[in-house]
Amino acid sequence: MSADLMTPRLSASPFSRANPVSKLAAAAVITVVVMLSVDWVSASVVLAAELLLMPVLGVNPWLLFKRGWPLLAAAATGAWATALLAEKTGAVLFQLGPVVFTDDSVAGGIAIGLRSLAVALPGIFLLLTTDPTDLADALAQKLKLPHRFVLGALAAMRLVGLLVEEWRTLGLARRARGVGAENRPLAKAGAFVGQAFGLIVQAIRRATRLAVAMEARGFGAGRRTWARESSYSTVDVWVLLGGVLIAAAAAAAAVAAGTWNFIFV
Amino acid sequence: MGLQSTTAVPGPVPVLAEGWGWRHAGRKAPAVSDASFSIEPGERVLLLGASGAGKSTLLHAMAGVLGDDGEGEETGRLTVAGLRPSDARGRAGLVLQDPESQLVLARVGDEVAFGAENLSVPRPQIWDRVRESLADVGLDVPLDHPTAALSGGQKQRLALASVLAMRPGLLLLDEPTANLDPDGVREVRDAVARVLDRTGATLVVVEHRVAVWADVVDRVIVLAAGGGVLADGPPSKVLAESATRARLVEAGVWVPGHTPQLRLPAAPAPGGPLLQAVGLDVARSRKAGPVLRAVDLDLLSGQALSVTGPNGAGKSTLALTLGGLLAPARGELSTTPALHRGAAQSPVKWKSAQLVARIGSVFQEPEHQFLTSTVADELEFGPRRVAKLPEAEVRRRVDNIAERLRLTRLLRANPFTLSGGEKRRLSVATMLATGPDILMLDEPTFGQDANTWAELVTLLAELVADGKSVVSVTHDADFTAALGGSAVRVADGGVQPVQTLRRAA
Ligand SMILES: Nc1ncnc2c1ncn2[C@@H]1O[C@H](COP(=O)(O)OP(=O)(O)OP(=O)(O)O)[C@@H](O)[C@H]1O
Ligand SMILES: [Mg+2]
Repeated sequence: MSADLMTPRLSASPFSRANPVSKLAAAAVITVVVMLSVDWVSASVVLAAELLLMPVLGVNPWLLFKRGWPLLAAAATGAWATALLAEKTGAVLFQLGPVVFTDDSVAGGIAIGLRSLAVALPGIFLLLTTDPTDLADALAQKLKLPHRFVLGALAAMRLVGLLVEEWRTLGLARRARGVGAENRPLAKAGAFVGQAFGLIVQAIRRATRLAVAMEARGFGAGRRTWARESSYSTVDVWVLLGGVLIAAAAAAAAVAAGTWNFIFV
Repeated sequence: MGLQSTTAVPGPVPVLAEGWGWRHAGRKAPAVSDASFSIEPGERVLLLGASGAGKSTLLHAMAGVLGDDGEGEETGRLTVAGLRPSDARGRAGLVLQDPESQLVLARVGDEVAFGAENLSVPRPQIWDRVRESLADVGLDVPLDHPTAALSGGQKQRLALASVLAMRPGLLLLDEPTANLDPDGVREVRDAVARVLDRTGATLVVVEHRVAVWADVVDRVIVLAAGGGVLADGPPSKVLAESATRARLVEAGVWVPGHTPQLRLPAAPAPGGPLLQAVGLDVARSRKAGPVLRAVDLDLLSGQALSVTGPNGAGKSTLALTLGGLLAPARGELSTTPALHRGAAQSPVKWKSAQLVARIGSVFQEPEHQFLTSTVADELEFGPRRVAKLPEAEVRRRVDNIAERLRLTRLLRANPFTLSGGEKRRLSVATMLATGPDILMLDEPTFGQDANTWAELVTLLAELVADGKSVVSVTHDADFTAALGGSAVRVADGGVQPVQTLRRAA
């Protein structure tokens, strides 16, 4: 996935005002149910619900596609591979030499593809609709995760975003010293390794400097207060309810259709 | 916990050093030794000294962030408000030289609130402090403005506001106006003065250019390069009395009213053109819009060209484009046979080895260009690998440049551990040693004391006399005047007419 998945484009939808913890809980419930059974009914119900809810969640479909297309490709590849390799039961649909697709193998492939999308989307929605700072606030204040850890991770995430720009600058700076990437493959590979090493050095340097700056501002010692209060509102009730409803509907539909196959039995 | 108890007693903070010293792990010589002084609450101190004399080290020590025994060896005693600095954290507020590296959060308001949160200030008071600090430094942006979208000068003021929200009794500033344009320098200095007038906090500021702070401070402490304190007293005395003045000049302090003596070779009449830009639009990347449009520029051999202009105007982008590192967004950048010598016409198409033999770019941030793990290797890299000089000549060249730029005692050191000014000299020195036809320098003199500055100017003037071209992006008016040649001003999306300078004799 592209690196700018990290930067949410927040819309004014009510969903983006929900507490990140309740979004996290809803996403978790849905994910767990989809993970429990490999079948196309439960996966399609969840996927359909996710796609239908996009306007409510304030997720822009075009943006989602632009940033999430590698995921789509991965799901399609997974589906193809499963259809190709799964047990060949049921009627043969297509055969060309050793390549055989049957009823059941294709159904298995579709289930895998749908399932990977259904599992991935809640997490992506969470990232797309949540400000990282709000997420950190919620994790520390509501879930009581240690603030050193949460704020450290938040600062590190900002640095990761900067590394993309850093990589470009390093490339130019090294070319200026005469060690840029050239046309010959071997030289290119060598230059890449050197630049990657340079990037690691810079990442460590930046992290160290930032740690000093944070320490100088009193970070890390004992108790702290929070400038932004992480709070729950009625939106959170709806978000949780929505998550549970989608999960229940998916399981019920699969059981009714007789496709529910509990992964652990 | 020391922090909680000390935040209860706000107010100006005293600092006491008794024979204090620090040796960084991995270095033979101490960075600071035998420093003794007593700073009273509310005093405003300008800390001076040659590049590498240990000013930043001392400042970090006062802020309590120098690290523990693993990172160096301490001698003597240093106390802040009577406590060990690491126990008095929160009483002292440190603004690092590079504002970029101290940004923690994504939004301006949250960034300023961060320090106050860490000091357990109750929520409603935090936001009062945030608004007050931002007003103090004159940063007028919404609280949810992204920190990444600020200009250099704004970032520096944000860093200052972030520290002020902690209500420190001791304000520590490490070259807070380096790399700012003259307007930015005045803005930041005035913001600091305003804050001090209101809070009465103690100030210790490090800055090479004394004139900027002379009116704000009431005391000057000069660290001697070899250890100890060279001079200590009110600016009127330390900077005016002829006996101390002479000693300071000798030590490389930028004493107001004294420009370093330069013995420069005569500037030649510029020769034929090397590089020509016609209707050039420059942009950071293909996607980003152009920052400068329709630039026409000729670079001649034996020409010194200074590029000036406000922060964020696009000077560095122009230098990168002229240096063959960024592709022109539009228009043409072509080279004459005297420069391309059979390679492609357009410098972006050159292989990197061809490029560095012809145009040597020195970036604003020195660390990006370091390739090796010792200063000596760094200096030898160009002459040996690029210019392919015989070993004896490599040695001669490197020794000469290291000697003149005062890097000789650092030859075994790791480039990343150098002081700010030393890093700058090293990155310029690597290109001087490589010896391309055109040098493209971004802020070549930042962080230099008067002695290293003079040596740098002399080296560059010698190159120009030799028929090479030197392009410098700079805010340093003394430098532009001393080197002479011509100057262009980058502003408002374009390059303004060339104005010819006469070298101040
Ligand atoms: N982390 C480090 N590890 C090893 N040596 C260091 C480290 N930081 C600084 N030094 C060395 O300690 C000495 C003092 O450095 P310091 O940064 O305090 O100088 P400075 O007076 O601030 O110089 P400048 O004016 O160039 O910024 C220098 O010789 C420098 O090379
Ligand atoms: Mg320094």
